[in-house]
Amino acid sequence: MTEITRRGLGRVAAGGALNVAAAGALTAAAGAFPALAQGANPIRIGFSMSLSGGLAANGRSALLAQKIWAEDVNAKGGILGRQVQLVSYDDQSNPANVPSLYTKLIDVDKVDMVTSPYATAMIAPSMPVVMQRGMCYVSLFGAGVNEKLKYDRYFSINVTGDDIKGTYARGFLECTKMLPTPPKTISILAVDNDFAQRAAESVRTLSREYGLRIVYDRSYPPSTVDFTPTIRAIQAQRPDVIFFASYPPDSNGILRAVSELRVTAALFGGGMIGTQIAAVQAQLGPILNNLVTWDVYSPEPTMRFPGVVEFQEKYRARAPQEQTDVLGNYLQPYAYAQMQVVEQALNRVGKVDQAALTADMRANKFGTIVGEIEFSALGEWKKERNLFVQFQNITDGDLEKYKKPGTKVILYPPELKSGTLHTPYGAPA
Amino acid sequence: MDPDLSLLLNGIVSGLLLGGLYAAAASGLAVSFGMLDIVNIAHPVLMVAAGFFVVLVGTALGLDPLLVAVLQAPLFYVLGIGLYTAYNYFFERRGDEALQGLAFFFGVMFIIEVGLVLLFGPEQRFLDPDYAFVTWRLGEIDVPLRMLIPALLAMASIGALYWFLQRTFTGLAIAAVAQDPEALRLMAVDPVRIKRIAFGISVALASIAGGALVVVQPIDPSTHNVFIGRVFAICIMGGMASLPGCILAAFLFGVVENLTATFYGPSWAPAVAFGWLLLVLAVRPQGLFGRAA
Repeated sequence: MTEITRRGLGRVAAGGALNVAAAGALTAAAGAFPALAQGANPIRIGFSMSLSGGLAANGRSALLAQKIWAEDVNAKGGILGRQVQLVSYDDQSNPANVPSLYTKLIDVDKVDMVTSPYATAMIAPSMPVVMQRGMCYVSLFGAGVNEKLKYDRYFSINVTGDDIKGTYARGFLECTKMLPTPPKTISILAVDNDFAQRAAESVRTLSREYGLRIVYDRSYPPSTVDFTPTIRAIQAQRPDVIFFASYPPDSNGILRAVSELRVTAALFGGGMIGTQIAAVQAQLGPILNNLVTWDVYSPEPTMRFPGVVEFQEKYRARAPQEQTDVLGNYLQPYAYAQMQVVEQALNRVGKVDQAALTADMRANKFGTIVGEIEFSALGEWKKERNLFVQFQNITDGDLEKYKKPGTKVILYPPELKSGTLHTPYGAPA
Repeated sequence: MDPDLSLLLNGIVSGLLLGGLYAAAASGLAVSFGMLDIVNIAHPVLMVAAGFFVVLVGTALGLDPLLVAVLQAPLFYVLGIGLYTAYNYFFERRGDEALQGLAFFFGVMFIIEVGLVLLFGPEQRFLDPDYAFVTWRLGEIDVPLRMLIPALLAMASIGALYWFLQRTFTGLAIAAVAQDPEALRLMAVDPVRIKRIAFGISVALASIAGGALVVVQPIDPSTHNVFIGRVFAICIMGGMASLPGCILAAFLFGVVENLTATFYGPSWAPAVAFGWLLLVLAVRPQGLFGRAA
């Protein structure tokens, strides 16, 4: 048996320090966005972003979108005559890293503004630090983060709006009205995390309103490897409608199991995060056909907001070398829009004043590449815009088709609708 | 067939197939952790790294992922030898292998994960052979080849390893070094050399497991987190150094997980499976096939 000595512990500490140093070096290589050293006194915007770990796929693509925004702004002369500099760190998809990174950004780096990391799990731990310093804070894809905190300087770039429970699944259930025969039963399967559980709660609540009887309602842990038994249990209930609230790579595993078991349903899908990602679309190919899922962007004519096509062209040109999502059809335009909100507020206020910026964001609308944004009292979008899209006409894993209209057809909301529902879902065996 | 019976039979079959993947992932650990007493917490991430190279080579050359996994296994054997040499030089020969060794392999795990992100990006990677989209229907029993073929490869490679350990001098020396390295030295066999070979074999098995994993599901650099708890649990349940025990424990884990998911919901599956581990250890502290001290 090895005795623990002071020297021994010292060695362990040294080993640990070595690991941390190695991690730090890699983090710096991966995460620190080099200063755009133009202008003596740049406006510095700080944030952490997940460049490694489970959230990295979206985190890296969000960072690329923000880099493109900074370059666009600087090419036009910056903001208030000052160049923009992004200061970012890799939070490694670890919520425990976030408070210290935001403390460093605000107290040591002394950035002028902070924006959020990607996703609810990472935004939530940043809130106490940001609130203590009274910073005006624009977040990216957080769901209900400010619901209980009610921080008056919080603004969210996310389509879900104030009332996730009351609105999230409505678009999916509205699609039941497009079916030739009214469905009677629904099954629900959700991963054990905050966003998915909110989504499941929403569909659970709204199902009664749409006359659907819940015949299966379960959660699964994020560590699930094989979905076959769960899907078979759902199949045994023969539901007309199947709703999943899943995360990558679970969405992939669920759809593979669904395909292998030849599951069919009149309406099939839900909030399947991952199906918006290019790599997943390439792998699943025709298995996605007729899947109806939550989304935030689709290159349909109804969503061609000013600037979004130009942004996507720049993004797609650089995505392969940055080793990130090659399409940019998901959160990437929203990451750009997040920075546009900061830009427009700064331009209107004319100085870096957190209180004045807050007042401006609360009072004004913002024209962005994802459309016009107006914030509610809680800082969420005043009008939610949960998209429900259906994958149609997919014959293979070629991604070119996802750059054009007609592949991710928007079914909801009505003002953005771009096609009609195809039914039933029945993946090829 | 009665629907419940059909669910039961399908749950058992899919559990056995899942157990095949678990056995592939845990067998290498049965050698390093079970036989050599090296807490190689980096084993699952080595498996994922192998999966990434399978995708890279398989995509470039148009080869089957399982074939690539077998072909690249010698390279992972060499990698394992390198890792063990560093571990032995810095920790084991000084008698510092317990805590410091754990810190070393934790560091290796972290560096490999971040290295994979830097090399390949954080996106999911996949390489689907044609058979991954084929499911055999045996009456009411579904057998997806996506699960069956990797499980068969896992069984074949573990069988080959078992034969090697039972029938060759080096294999017997590996079994001996697990019991008494000093006695091995008295037989004029260098225990460090034997351990180096054994650790190389364990990492080569991670290559096979990586190929199996790629066929079963897409991978990203953080995929290993899902497997860490399971592979150690299977190794312990099986009796540490026992390959038959490892296989039986993997099958048991898979079947318990899938039957629980089928009848009581997937939330309970890991809890019940790890509950079985506690139950087995309560009855047989040495594991299913372990020898009592």
